[in-house]
This record gives sequence, structure tokens and C-alpha cells, in this order.
Amino acid sequence: MKRKHRRLAIVLACGLGLGSAAALTLFAFRDNLVFFVTPSDLASRGHAGETLRLGGLVAAGSVQHATIDGQPAVRFRVTDGRSSVSVSYIGVLPDLFREGQGVVTLGTLAPDGGFVASEVLAKHDETYMPKDVVEALKKSGHWQPAAGPPPPAATWNTLPATRNGG
Amino acid sequence: MIPELGHFALALAVVIAAAQAVLPLIGAARRDAALMASAPSLAFGQFLALALAFGALLWSSVVSDFSVYNIAENSQSLKPLLYKITGVWGDHEGSILLWCLILALCGAAVGAFGRALPAAVRARVIGVLGATSAGFVLFSLTVSNPFVRLWPPPWEGQGMNPLLEDPGLAFHPPILYAGYVGFSIPFAFALAALIEGRVDAAWGRWVRPWALAAWAFLTGGIALGSWWSYYVLGWGGYWFWDPVENASLLPWLAGTALVHSAIVVEKRDALKIWTVLLAIGTFSLSLCGTFLVRSGILNSVHAFANDPARGVFILVLLALVIGTALALFAWRAPRLLPTGIFAPLSREGALVLNNILLCSIAAVVFTGTTYPLFAQLLAGAQISVGAPFFNAAVLPLAIPLFVVMVIGPMLSWKRAALAPALIRLWWVALAALAVGVFATFHTAIFPALGFAASVWLILGAFVDIIARIRLFRLPLATSLARLGGIPLAAWGGAIAHAGMGITVAGIAGMAIAEHRIVAIAAGETVDLGGYRWTLEDLRDAPGPNYSARLADIRVTRDGRVIAVMSPGRRSYPLQRTTTTETAIRTNLLRDLYAVLGEERDGKAVLRLHVNYLAPWIWLGALVMAAGGGLSLADRRLRIGAPLRRAAAPVVAA
Repeated sequence: MKRKHRRLAIVLACGLGLGSAAALTLFAFRDNLVFFVTPSDLASRGHAGETLRLGGLVAAGSVQHATIDGQPAVRFRVTDGRSSVSVSYIGVLPDLFREGQGVVTLGTLAPDGGFVASEVLAKHDETYMPKDVVEALKKSGHWQPAAGPPPPAATWNTLPATRNGG
Repeated sequence: MIPELGHFALALAVVIAAAQAVLPLIGAARRDAALMASAPSLAFGQFLALALAFGALLWSSVVSDFSVYNIAENSQSLKPLLYKITGVWGDHEGSILLWCLILALCGAAVGAFGRALPAAVRARVIGVLGATSAGFVLFSLTVSNPFVRLWPPPWEGQGMNPLLEDPGLAFHPPILYAGYVGFSIPFAFALAALIEGRVDAAWGRWVRPWALAAWAFLTGGIALGSWWSYYVLGWGGYWFWDPVENASLLPWLAGTALVHSAIVVEKRDALKIWTVLLAIGTFSLSLCGTFLVRSGILNSVHAFANDPARGVFILVLLALVIGTALALFAWRAPRLLPTGIFAPLSREGALVLNNILLCSIAAVVFTGTTYPLFAQLLAGAQISVGAPFFNAAVLPLAIPLFVVMVIGPMLSWKRAALAPALIRLWWVALAALAVGVFATFHTAIFPALGFAASVWLILGAFVDIIARIRLFRLPLATSLARLGGIPLAAWGGAIAHAGMGITVAGIAGMAIAEHRIVAIAAGETVDLGGYRWTLEDLRDAPGPNYSARLADIRVTRDGRVIAVMSPGRRSYPLQRTTTTETAIRTNLLRDLYAVLGEERDGKAVLRLHVNYLAPWIWLGALVMAAGGGLSLADRRLRIGAPLRRAAAPVVAA
């Protein structure tokens, strides 16, 4: 085999490797991209069956214990100030889960309009708010981070929107 | 006074690093022996200055000097001494200082152990390290200064994030950083070679031990981080494909490729341009991993801060370091003439395939990690890419990699035949197949594949050694005697490959783990994984800076007590947070894992797991790192050893 052929073989092997990597990536992207939604997004259009990340604040006074399929579960409402959606979750809530504070849940929308979460992530510390939650609040017009810190968390689910429509 | 001393030492380090960047490089260009000889002294000087600065910060933390802003924000007087020390690198400023200190240590190490290097190469390597260091120490001094004072000083500090108060995490950053930063040395060698316009087998021999050492540290660091998330976060998982985790995996993948392609440079004087590019790429990924993540650009649960000034500085610095390196590569690499021809079917060919597969995996992980960022910037869409994506995209590439990992070392250099290698491997293949088929009767297809792969890897790793000692072909005693003659590098390679097999077994075991969420009152019992779990008691237990709630669980099997474990929740009043204290009992074949959730109506919510082979994941990583260390101990790899050996025959004759 001449040098040219060898180089061709290596180039072909590289192409095959990267090509299959690209193909795998695209293939995996098709099924596994998870879109972020706010409670308002969920209210405005249906996303039944898709896996979604739902972000917002846990509505004050909404957390209820329940039992689903014989397993301990919890129900709460996630709000962005304009609309809210009921979330059910089987499992142990994270340490930082609190009423009135930011939360991101991963799950699917059930036919009854409730959100069935398979994962619940609470914000990581007292001062940090998940980027997704910030986005949800900005989208619903409740908070412009440039204008200062967010209003007290307990008022979120009752706060009127400062921006109409949208 | 002490913090000011540290501040001054930090400023001094910037100046010395700048001198270290300029003088040796000029010296090497002009062939000025005196200027070149200044390189090691400057490297030592920079290391001493940074060590002084780090010592000053350590001192301020130990004596709880809350007039230092950084200490007041992250410490408290009640904190145990261990965490006062390790808390120094628990926050952004301190961890950047540690990063700089290790970079300076790398320069000093090249100065100390690189005596056998040609003067110009050593001067250039230390010069490049100095230039990199100057940039990052300047970053620490200007926008990330750990010595900023606070007036008036508060009576009590804010306290550390309780999640970080943990021995596993205490030593995770230094080891991980030693890995990240260690790749600066191959990077500096690559740039030195590009400036010089020459890469030869000797270059490969110099680069490989440094790359190997950095790789071993990075392997250990990643394993420690994964172990921490397993037992501290209490989510029952060990790897979440979180951007921070991926950021450490990327340099590991590239570094693994580098360690292998450097072998080809050393033995066969081929793949030189590619290896130089890999050395640049690995360190660039380390830099991106540390700084993009630490600056919070990639959204993650681990990110420290969101400070725009820091972000801009870091982005410019990264662009400068990586851009300069790549520009130099584009300009000078064409001068490195390719030599060394080999057939596709050869040891070199297998190593090329290993590199292609590792880099493909790295490309997939990189795409998945950065895609949400680009989707948001370009399309404004908020998308996340989670574990299902990475599993679906990485697994199909990992399987051929595992196959090649065993066959490759059986092939000879230059030109090889596949058949003899496969014949020597038949019993390994048979064993793997048997285990795989057996497993499919009990589990799903992917765990079964994982168990088969692990058997293939662990047994396959030692086939070459078995062949070398001619086991069962010579008398057993003779065979065992021959074991001593096998070079340590061969042992190291085999052990590292077997370590990968052990990790794969652990991952497969975790894939068949059982878990259950229950709400039970004290005295009640549940069954899981063949064990009977009884909640004996729920009680309060005070701690030094927290109060805890514990659940005592007795685990029995066939009436015999296997373990008594007490998972709990701690609440820290100062930080106003609670943490989950996972309880784990292991016998190396399975972990019993229990997490206490909230309590309701006298019932405690418990999450119970039986994780099969879980400890093997980290054990395998340790074995991999040990294999790297063993290779490093091989005389042939030690810097300067070839010189001494060249001198030896003269004496003997």
C-alpha cells in the first residue's frame, strides 16, 4: 500500500468515526431534547406526551401530601405569576424545596392537564435562583432583574402581572 | 497584616510569571545560555510567591479573620479545623488561587525534573507555562482577589455551604485541579515543539510521563467527584451528565487519547502533528472546563458565581491562550514533516482507532453540553440535554472502543495480522459471551452488554501478560519467574485497562439497581432486594453547627441482621439550609443505600436502594489511576533515564 492509500484509509476512518458520531448525535437529539416551559406556556398550548422542563415558583400554601399507586407522593402548584399548573411527584423532595421558592421539574403533561414530574430540582442556595426560573419570571413580566432583587417570594402566586398580554 | 502579605506575594507572582514568560523565550531564540538558565529559578520563584500567598489565605481562614471578605463570606468560627483549611478552595477566589498555585508547581516541576531536557526545550516549556500563569494570576489579582478586606469586620462569618462540608469534597478540588492543570505541561511541550519546528521520538518520551501523571490525577479527581455526588446528594445516582461533570469528562477523554497517541510518537515517530494538536486541545478543554463552568456561563447546580467582569476577563484570557496556541499550530505545524508509515492493521492502527473513537465521544459530549447554550444564544430557545441523550449517543461509540481496547495491545507494531490475536483471545470472548447470555436471562439488554464488556476488558487486559510469561506452556515456576521481567509500563497498561472493565461492571450493576419509596412509621417493615428493612426509631441528634433528625433502620436477611443504618437530615441554622445525610452500607458487591425524606403524620418517607456493584465504579477509576502511576514508575519513562542508560554500556564495556 502506498503512503497515499494509507493516508486515505486514515482519513476514511476519521470520517467514519466523526460521521457516525454526528449521526448518533442527531439521532439522539431527535428524541431527547427537552424544552423548557413556563406554566403560561403550558396553559396556552398543549404539550401532551412530551418530556418537558417546567420552571417557576412553588405557589405558597399549595403543597399537599398524597399517595399515588401506594407510594408516598406530593402535589404542589408551580406558578409564574400569570398561570399555575398542578404538579405531582413521587419521591423525596430535595433539601431546598420550599413554598414560594424557585423550582425546576422534569416530567410530562398528563391528559388531565396536571404535570407528572419524574425529577424535582430546587434552587441550590439561598441567593441563587435557577436560570430557568428567572426566565419564567421575566417572560411573565413579573421581574426585571435589572430593576433589583425579586419581590418577597410569598407574594408570587398572588402578584398581578405588571405587563399585560404577551 | 498577613492578608496584605499574601496580596503582595500575589502581585509579586504576576511580575515573576511575566519575567518567566519573556526571558527564557528570548534566551531560547537567541541561544543565550544565561537567559535560558534563568527559567528554572524564575519558575521556583513564582511557585514560592504563590505558595506564600496561598499560605496567607490559609492562615486567615484558620484564625477566622473575618476582616477578609472572602473568609467572612465562606467561613465561620465554629467550623471544624479541617473545613477551615479545605474551605479555602471551596469558593471561587480561593479555588482560582489554588489553580494558579498548581500551575506554578508544574513550572517548578519542569525546572526540577527536566534537567536532562535540552536547554532550549526546557526554557521554552517553562516560558510558555510562565505566560499562561501570568494571565491567570493576573485574573486572580484583579477581578478575583481573595485578599480584599471588609470594613467593619463582622463578628461571625456567613458559613460555608453545608454540602461542601464533607471529607470527600474537601480533597476533590486539589486532585481534580492537579489533573486539569497537569495537562498544561504537555501543552507547553507542544508549543515549545511548534516554536522549535521539530517533534521527534524524544519529544514523545518527554511528554508522555507528564500527560500520564495529569491523566491519573484527573481520573482520581473525577472519581472522587462522582463518589461525592453519590453519597452526599442522596439522589441515588453517580453521574448526572451535568455540565460541570461533562467539563471534567471532556479533558479526560482528550487526555486519554493523548496518552495513547504519545506512545505512537515515542515508539514509531508517527502521528506527531495529531499529538501536538491533542496536547493543545486537552489543555484547552481543561481551561474551558474550569473557567466557563466556574464563571456560571453554563447553567449548572455547581456554578459558583455570575459576575460579568470575571466572565469577560476569563473569555478574553481563554481566547488569548487557546487562540495563540491554535494560531501557532496553524502556522508551524506544516513544518513538522510526517514520517513513520504503518499499515492500518497494526498496533499504531489500533491506537489511531482508539483516538478516533475517544475524540468522537468527546465531540458528542461537547455538542450535548454546549448545545443548550447555542440554542439560547442563536434561537432564544430554552432547551436542556439530559442523560437520555448522552446515553443514546455515547454507548454505541463506547462498545467498539471496548472491543479495540483488548485487541489493540495484542497486535504488533508496523504490520500485524488479526487472526493470531483473535485466536489468543478466544477464551476471553467465550467468557464474555457466557456472562452476557447468562445476564440477559436476568436483566435487560444494556446491563447484560455491560457485564459482558467488563468481563472482556478485565480478562482481555491480562492476555498479553499471560502470553509473555507463556503460562501453561512453560512450568508454572518458570512462568511466574518471568513475571518479574515484564516492564512496569506493560503492567500499568494492563491494569488501567482492567480498571476500565471494573468501572464498566459497576455501571452495569447500577443499571440493575432496585429502589423503592415508602412512607412508614417506626416499627414498620418493607422488603426490597431480598432484604427486610425495619424502621426502628426516629430521633433528634444535635451536632456542633447543625441539628439533625435521624431514622434508625435495621436491615435483615433471613432473620440475620445485615446492617443498622441511620440516614438523616441536618439543618444548619446559620446558612438556613438543610442537607440530606445518606446512609450507605457496602460489602463491595452491593450497597444498601437509604435516604430520609420529610415526615408526615408520624410516618417517615424513605427512599431505599440496593445498588449492585456500585463501589466498583470508583474502585475501577482508582485502579485506572494506579495503572497510570505504575506506568510512570517504569524506568524507561523517567525523564533522563535514556541518557543514563546510554552512558551505562560504556562503563560495562
